[in-house]
Amino acid sequence: MGNAPTTPARKLTDAEARLAEIFAMQQSAGAPQLAKLRTAAFDAFAKTGLPNRRDEAWKYTDLRALLRDVKPLAEPPEDSAKQSARSAAVLEGVTSRRVVFVGGYFVPELSDLADLEAGLSVVSLSEALAKGDAAAMTQIGNVGEVDDPAFALNTAFMGEGVVIRVGAGVCVDRPIQLVFVAGAQPATYFLRSLVVVEKGARATLIESFEGETTQEYHVNAATEIVLEEGASLERLKISREGAAAMHVSTFVASLAADAQLSDFGFNLGGAVLRNQSFININGQGAHAGLRGANILKGKEHADATLFLDHAAERSESKALFKSVLDDSSQAVFQGKILVRPGAQKTDARMMARTLLLSEGAQANCKPELEIFADDVQCAHGSTVGALDENLIFYLMARGIPQVEAQSLLTEAFVGEVIDAVANRSVRDALSALVSERLRTR
Amino acid sequence: MTALLEIRDLKAEIAGKQILNGYDLTVKAGEVHAIMGPNGSGKSTLSYVLSGRPGYKITEGQALLAGADLSQMSVDERAAAGLFLAFQYPLEVPGVATMTFLRAALNAQRKKRGEEEMSSPDLIKRVKELAKILDMDMEMLRRPVNVGFSGGEKKRAETLQMMLLEPKLCILDETDSGLDIDALKVVSNGVNQLRSKDRGIVVITHYQRLLDYITPDVVHVQSAGRIVRTGGKELALELEETGYARYQSEAA
Ligand SMILES: Nc1ncnc2c1ncn2[C@@H]1O[C@H](COP(=O)(O)OP(=O)(O)OP(=O)(O)O)[C@@H](O)[C@H]1O
Ligand SMILES: [Mg+2]
Repeated sequence: MGNAPTTPARKLTDAEARLAEIFAMQQSAGAPQLAKLRTAAFDAFAKTGLPNRRDEAWKYTDLRALLRDVKPLAEPPEDSAKQSARSAAVLEGVTSRRVVFVGGYFVPELSDLADLEAGLSVVSLSEALAKGDAAAMTQIGNVGEVDDPAFALNTAFMGEGVVIRVGAGVCVDRPIQLVFVAGAQPATYFLRSLVVVEKGARATLIESFEGETTQEYHVNAATEIVLEEGASLERLKISREGAAAMHVSTFVASLAADAQLSDFGFNLGGAVLRNQSFININGQGAHAGLRGANILKGKEHADATLFLDHAAERSESKALFKSVLDDSSQAVFQGKILVRPGAQKTDARMMARTLLLSEGAQANCKPELEIFADDVQCAHGSTVGALDENLIFYLMARGIPQVEAQSLLTEAFVGEVIDAVANRSVRDALSALVSERLRTR
Repeated sequence: MTALLEIRDLKAEIAGKQILNGYDLTVKAGEVHAIMGPNGSGKSTLSYVLSGRPGYKITEGQALLAGADLSQMSVDERAAAGLFLAFQYPLEVPGVATMTFLRAALNAQRKKRGEEEMSSPDLIKRVKELAKILDMDMEMLRRPVNVGFSGGEKKRAETLQMMLLEPKLCILDETDSGLDIDALKVVSNGVNQLRSKDRGIVVITHYQRLLDYITPDVVHVQSAGRIVRTGGKELALELEETGYARYQSEAA
């Protein structure tokens, strides 16, 4: 997933020129170590510029063409915006520990950081950076080797987010929910989080992105997750962005021996949604379950690009992505599995299934396998189809109206990925979201 | 009094191929009719045409349910109007919980008829009663609709749906095939419980044996897309002896 070198003489796009300007202005802020990290990241970005369709990894989501201008970095939110964020991203029946960000700014008064479980630490990114949190400073940007311009941009500009640590052996039952609510004005948000789950610890992380506004805004979010030996994390990312929003997010995870990652990304709205995951399986016997669901309509575009790097023996990865596409929406699934030499007994499977509800909708699937070990099991597949007419007839023959029959079958289609969510209340809330979204289709 | 089901000179085709060739049948409320006939004679086709399966096209004639033209109704409207087809091959619906399905079906029908919906506790109670009558394990009904059910279990499940929905006109397409001897009795018993003066039942079957349990008022022989003979209960016994050979040549 490297980037093709661009000709040095290429004229910068307006957006690229603007990014360079903004970067130059913010450069002085922060500790020297941080400034170095940002500068290195921006330099890396500047080498290639915004990725375009000639970059394999960005083939179907041409960021250079899509990002025509750069919205200003967000100003601190108004009180009214904060107030309306109270009810944002509430998952019915889930008593999560909410950490709320409005318009890119951490809002302590809406966040619930009191009485943290013993061994759990949750600190805003800005605070961690200001304090010069040494551990965080060495881990941010270093969880995996990611050579990607959008991620580099995030590192260069990262503004707010959280640093979470779950101490060794600690089991945090209450889901930690990061709620990112867009502000009312056009803006660019660079959000960055680091989550470290220490040896044998366990936690559930929910990242909710929401935008009520029809204004155009841009989110560049990145989450880095370190799972130490035997650690286990269930992560859910729910993107319900505004109708004109562009959302690019990078997920980087490293799994030590016997670590368990269960990741579920759910896309329910936004003009352009790009979710790229770089999963580094470094320890023996580690397991990564990666699931995604898109329910798209209008001209929405969602791109899931997955890079699974198996570098240890007996590790497993199971990826299952489901898309329900209406109108002229578009889903992209790119998955690459790399099995490094010596990563014997790797079991890696990848599947993308698409349900087309309209003839104008489109699915692009591009799997890729690169295998350098001989005793492995790798499989990938994809299906694209419409709802089964016979099943619709069967349901209707029992008196269920056509639209309801279609939603029931569509919910069932998406249900397979949701059923795999371990946390029951979260699972129920997600099912409710699916029904709601399908009803308003 | 208008008949419950009135089929007049019905011609229908699938994929451009005419299967029903001038079908006449009248079922009055309170009656049980049996339709027997060789494979491929269009028995299932008749049931699909009546229930409105896409692809089946009426080219001539009429089918009326309690006086209302079925061809003017969508599939779900026909169901709400009281038509029920127990499928010859019930479908599996992965991912849709049986209870969800039953609730959606019953309440959609009730809503369309302007009746009050059934509450979930009442529904569960009713389904439990029916499961008992049909000797079905409730555990099965916690699974998605028909998924992983054996052939016989699917037929019981169809019967349960029918008993729950209480249709005016029940069409059972070979509900007996695939049932073991005990199951045949259990299912027949369920069907017999539905017999009433307001309801019509049409059983399509290949086996006289079913008619020992569900005694028909009228027996029809169908061949090459129409009814070629109608008689009483004894006609089924006669068919058992003689087979369909003479009807097939008559129809040709
Ligand atoms: N989709 C189709 N396209 C073309 N011909 C069809 C189609 N479906 C059914 N037929 C034909 O219609 C005829 C009637 O079929 P049907 O299933 O109604 O018979 P049946 O009387 O129910 O038979 P059985 O006793 O075997 O259940 C058969 O010749 C069959 O091949
Ligand atoms: Mg048949």
